[in-house]
Amino acid sequence: MRLVVDPVLCDGRGVCAEVLPEVITLDDWGFPIAERGELDPRLEGAAEEAVRLCPRLALRLVP
Amino acid sequence: MSRSAEASAGVKSDRALGLDGRLPRILTPAGVPVDPSLHSHLRRHGPLPTYARPTDVDRLWEDLARVGILGRGGAGFPLLRKLRSVPPRGRSPVVVANGTEGEPASDKDKVLLLQAPHLVLDGISVAVDLVGATHAVVVVPDEVLTVVGGAARERRRSDRVRVEVVAAARGFVAGEASAVVNWLQRGAPLPRMTPPRLVESGLRKRPTLVQNVETLAHLALVARHGAGWYAAVGTPEEPGSMLVTLSGDVVRSGVHEVAVGTPLDDLLEMGGVSAERLGALLVGGYSAAWVGARDVPTLDMSRASLRRVGASPGAGIVAALGRDRCGLVETARVLRYLAGQSAGQCGPCVFGLDAIANEFSELARNGRGDPALIRRWIGQVDGRGACAHPDGAARFARSALEVFGAEVESHLDGWCSGTSDTPVLPLPGLEEDGR
Repeated sequence: MRLVVDPVLCDGRGVCAEVLPEVITLDDWGFPIAERGELDPRLEGAAEEAVRLCPRLALRLVP
Repeated sequence: MSRSAEASAGVKSDRALGLDGRLPRILTPAGVPVDPSLHSHLRRHGPLPTYARPTDVDRLWEDLARVGILGRGGAGFPLLRKLRSVPPRGRSPVVVANGTEGEPASDKDKVLLLQAPHLVLDGISVAVDLVGATHAVVVVPDEVLTVVGGAARERRRSDRVRVEVVAAARGFVAGEASAVVNWLQRGAPLPRMTPPRLVESGLRKRPTLVQNVETLAHLALVARHGAGWYAAVGTPEEPGSMLVTLSGDVVRSGVHEVAVGTPLDDLLEMGGVSAERLGALLVGGYSAAWVGARDVPTLDMSRASLRRVGASPGAGIVAALGRDRCGLVETARVLRYLAGQSAGQCGPCVFGLDAIANEFSELARNGRGDPALIRRWIGQVDGRGACAHPDGAARFARSALEVFGAEVESHLDGWCSGTSDTPVLPLPGLEEDGR
């Protein structure tokens, strides 16, 4: 699985970076940068939670 | 004019119009009056072939595979690959000819539409046949609306699918393919996320082939005259001609049709300047790259050549920067413009391009901007938008830091080598702001 941020929907609330700091960092303006490439399977649970908690529904997990 | 005089003038102009392998093929040759009428077009190029038999269509596909036309809107995406990616079954496709030309340093699409609207309409008609479209739109700037509208009316009865002519939105990002589709669909020229690709789901969710108008003119040339004729100019890898807009520190600015692979030195000569007077050359457009004066004599207008210095022909833009100019000052002006042209949808583009433009401006004006910070932010905006606008601005800023590396050091030491500070790169409103 991969994490994808929709940059149009994203507002930079930063919830995802708190839930999933291993994969998501924030840029200098507070917008999330998701690590490219395949997600570590051990982090899939946390990734699902980050997707669920995004107040803008801007985060997706795609195969 | 008597009938026989007109006929002999016709024969003469056919030869003068360059269908014997010389250029221009698309534009009107120097000294010949511009005539965008269907009559003049048919006299120059003959009737458009109809694809009555499947073998004719097969031959056209083969010809397209042989010449490998690359998109002329800026990104250089292969035409054939886009045509082939339109789904053969399902909802009927739409062809959108994009003449928006949001690049302030480009005039070639406007000149093309004014001089040869029927060649573009031919290309639309061929594309419609190749993908089985039932709807076609050409999007053009206000200045050429009358000419293109008139041309479309002239062939209303002969074209299988009537072409709708629509005024383009203004702005740098308005020419991006998905922004054009949104402009047509809801009157807002905003780019959108891909996937889904436009060829899968575009205008009103129908498969949509968006092609730059010059690309379609080349498609028409291949359909009319065949691959062998088409490839008589250009390089073996990139056959054909291309439209180039010359601007900046040149004596004569304007649009030229040249063979792909024309040396950059020859282009400068057309503009009336020699390479020694040059500080740098902007090639491709404002989402492309600077080329240092030292590299210019070794390069030509082809992807293969420009790739060596990280540049590309882009939308055919060539803007000269004189030796008396500061490249950082000019880059700062363009970055400020690009930041202002963000569609405002994606945070990294809105905040990042603004931050880069501010810091770059500090570096250009008083040497207080931090190049390391600019580089950090270039990395943070690259690839982070729904469209490629931030990527383009990042590429442009990165190339400036490389090509004007010595000038960056000078500025940090407190001096600027520019002795002329009048703005030179074309930007909208330049005439008004005190030039």
